[in-house]
Amino acid sequence: MSNYIDESISIANPNPHNLGLTERLAIIVGLIGLTIAGFHAGGYSIASTGMTFTIAFTLMGMSILWYTLQHYATKKAGIKNDGVWFSSLASRGVIGWILGIVLTGFYVLLYWFPEFLGLGKEGAANFGIISLFDPLSNVFHGKPASQWFMYGTMYTFAIFFFGIKFIYKYRHNNYQIVRTLSVMFFQLFLAYLIPEILSGLNGGFEGNWFDMDLKNQWPLDYDFAQQWHIDNMLSAGNIGWFFFIWSLLLVFVVSPFLTYKYGKRWYCSWVCGCGGLAETAGDPWRHLSNKSMNAWKVERWMIQGVLLFSFVMTIAVIYSYLGDDSSKYSLTRTGFTWIMVGLLLTLAAGYAFLQKKNKDGNQNKIYLASGSAILVAALLGMNWAFGSGNAFFLGGETFKGVYGFYVGALFSGVVGVGFYPIMGSRVWCRFGCPMAAILGIQQKLFSKFRITTNGGQCISCGNCSTYCEMGIDVRAYAQKGQNIVRASCVGCGICSAVCPRGVLKLENGSEDIFSKTEEYKAIHITDEGVKIDLLN
Amino acid sequence: MHIAIIGNGISGITTARWIRKLSDHRVTVISSETKHFYSRTALMYIYMGHMRYKETKPYEDYFWSKNRIDLVNDHVQNIDFNSKSLSMKKGETIKYDKLVLALGSATNKFGWPGQDLNKVAGLYSYDDVENMERHTPGLKRAVIVGGGLIGIEMAEMFRSREIPVTMLVRESSYWNNVLPAEESAMISRHIKDHHIDLRLAEELESIEDDGDGNACAIKMKNSGERMECGYVGLTAGVHPNVKWLKETSLNIERGIVVDNHLETNIKDVYAIGDCAQLAEPKPGRRNIEAIWYAGRMMGETVAYNICGKAVDYDPGIWFNSAKFLDIEYQVYGDVPGKLHDYLSTLYWEHPDSDKAIRINFHTETKKVAGFNLMGIRFRHEVCEKWIKDGASLQEVLENLNLANFDPEFYKTYEKEIRKSFSEQSGINYEIKSNRLLDRVTAFLNR
Repeated sequence: MSNYIDESISIANPNPHNLGLTERLAIIVGLIGLTIAGFHAGGYSIASTGMTFTIAFTLMGMSILWYTLQHYATKKAGIKNDGVWFSSLASRGVIGWILGIVLTGFYVLLYWFPEFLGLGKEGAANFGIISLFDPLSNVFHGKPASQWFMYGTMYTFAIFFFGIKFIYKYRHNNYQIVRTLSVMFFQLFLAYLIPEILSGLNGGFEGNWFDMDLKNQWPLDYDFAQQWHIDNMLSAGNIGWFFFIWSLLLVFVVSPFLTYKYGKRWYCSWVCGCGGLAETAGDPWRHLSNKSMNAWKVERWMIQGVLLFSFVMTIAVIYSYLGDDSSKYSLTRTGFTWIMVGLLLTLAAGYAFLQKKNKDGNQNKIYLASGSAILVAALLGMNWAFGSGNAFFLGGETFKGVYGFYVGALFSGVVGVGFYPIMGSRVWCRFGCPMAAILGIQQKLFSKFRITTNGGQCISCGNCSTYCEMGIDVRAYAQKGQNIVRASCVGCGICSAVCPRGVLKLENGSEDIFSKTEEYKAIHITDEGVKIDLLN
Repeated sequence: MHIAIIGNGISGITTARWIRKLSDHRVTVISSETKHFYSRTALMYIYMGHMRYKETKPYEDYFWSKNRIDLVNDHVQNIDFNSKSLSMKKGETIKYDKLVLALGSATNKFGWPGQDLNKVAGLYSYDDVENMERHTPGLKRAVIVGGGLIGIEMAEMFRSREIPVTMLVRESSYWNNVLPAEESAMISRHIKDHHIDLRLAEELESIEDDGDGNACAIKMKNSGERMECGYVGLTAGVHPNVKWLKETSLNIERGIVVDNHLETNIKDVYAIGDCAQLAEPKPGRRNIEAIWYAGRMMGETVAYNICGKAVDYDPGIWFNSAKFLDIEYQVYGDVPGKLHDYLSTLYWEHPDSDKAIRINFHTETKKVAGFNLMGIRFRHEVCEKWIKDGASLQEVLENLNLANFDPEFYKTYEKEIRKSFSEQSGINYEIKSNRLLDRVTAFLNR
């Protein structure tokens, strides 16, 4: 046997899945828009800045819509994965690599060298690509654009238009339609319009900026506990207090409750902006996630490591503005430490008690015990380090700087989006997002959510695993008739959509929360003797 | 004990896995097709670009050595049942204590002139897909001979590369020897919607040679039409791949005849999957069932028998599934193409989309017998329980939502279905269940 197929497809596609003439024209329209923006950045505008901006983005939006209409709406509704692995763009071909490098380069400039994108420093006027966004920024804020305003606008644009494309691609699947409308809504209004308008109305909170994205929460929002951030919030009057209290509610009440009810999907694939971009603009690369056991091992160490890092960083930041003298501070570091330790142990003990009758849960209990032990040790260690006067060998600010660089910028931006065409669309969510980690723990420990397998109908074809953006080997469970309960599952529902035999369904059930992973649920051999043997 | 398994499809591999679960016997799986197990049902997706060969392998390559399952990538040329040894093409001899034959199927060829030319092949093995791929560049038209599940898969494959396809189907409507008339009509319609040139009540007369040993055209039997084509797909069914064993002492009819323990007439030799022919199939079942699920169940059963626990092969209530282009199909229980005289049927079809539900029941007792689903997913366990327990039609209709397995936010069409089924059955029922998992779990644990 030769490997003819693999080789022929990976090196030179013998029969490219041709794009029609209209699809090519649609892409060219978008490239013209991009070129107009590019020329503006280089100093050659075709019209006033506002007009150039309008023309460029209208062309790009029209391009996506036209392509969508031509590519999906002309065909019958159904799974549209023909030729995915033959596409240079979608299967790490030359075009995919070029796009990956361009995106990565863009993020490097955005985070560390915004002046190369045209950010005017120290009051100087913007030039380059950022200046293209000045008119729109003036509408909202009455001042020129920052690199972040530009980024937010582009980001929202991408989610909105690629969201429409995604909806057309899966127009036979109501779950996909509703979910995509949801991420489009949350990005457009909660992450973009409302914060921009609010900060505009309040004179931009000049120097007093705080995060006004209602859905953003710790630990994804790693700045939340910074002293300046808390101070800015609390000094902004009612609206600041509202955001402060809402943020705490979100982390400690709303989030665990919704995760209990629906799994972490309520956030990761319905609300979150990072997830939103991955699901819409990132959809063409979802199959590039690595499904191997080794990747899973790396994933678990990395994401829990980031969570621990973020936890330690936040505590360190809080320590840095709590004092030791109980006569001056209502809450001392030691007091705070013991409150946290108490809270953790109560939660862990409570969970263990709930699960005491469940013999399948032993593994979870071990994880929980070791997790709590690590966190308690971290807390006590930090309190000691601060209290002993050496001001914690790194200090909260240093910690925050390191975290911001590696996790906030390098991981979530450069690798997270820049590597879409190389490692798939959910690299950040899978390996680096502390929010995904914490929701994942909740999902694994006490959520009603799972993906059920339809009896013995699985044919092990592998579409589910291939198109899982989180790199879960869904088939490994489905072919055993086992529910899929994985901390990393963001509940995008694509496995269920691409299954040719109707085997997978995302469901919430309360009757078996602690035994939902039971193996070999559906053995389709009816001999009772065999069944009994299996259980023992 | 050394157990040799010939064939690494779903039957052979399931056997190997279960022997490993149940024992420490030495296990060797022999195949000349591919070194590692891949999902045969996913072959079409390789050609269509949905997956690469790599993605069709259900287990990573380390799995086999970790589980001490030896893989031999070689062809068995001869079996000596007396000395219990296999002589291999590469010259090696493998001794076994017990032997499992999981040989699979071969494509049916009915003596058509030109059937062995180049560019003429079935769709069964990895080699077949390689062959299709090799002849695809420049392909102007493909002709597919035979209706069935493989025929429509092959048509979908070629259409994914926008290659014109003509499909010759002997029946008057697609697959109507298996599907009831309404479903068959729906799929026939759907095939044409996908711009496939479907020729019903048409057969192959002959395949034309271009002078270099390649197929270049076909002639149709009924219309006499000649059609130029660059590829001929033979998909008029399969038969057990047992020709090479016909001269041995093995009892072979169409397939290798096995008893309820899947053992052949020769002690310590078993046959499973597509190549096995049950001496005493369960009532209502065929003696050869060349489907994925049967192979998997036989693999598990034979592993128990080999490891010393005698278990009868009992595939339970019939189920199967397929996908016809964009329409998913599931069947549970007794839904024949032509209704048995003791059965009655209820059928609902969505007026403008490709969705349908059929419920068969015993006319006299009103007990539910089977479900046929088009474009709607039903829960295996729920349907199975209803059929096994002999649930009444009324109970099933009232609780039909329990069976619904469509993703969240999908319409259930419960009102339309109730109206239609009430009228047809004369039972005026109330909808009593929703499709939430807690209700389903409560029902299944009842």
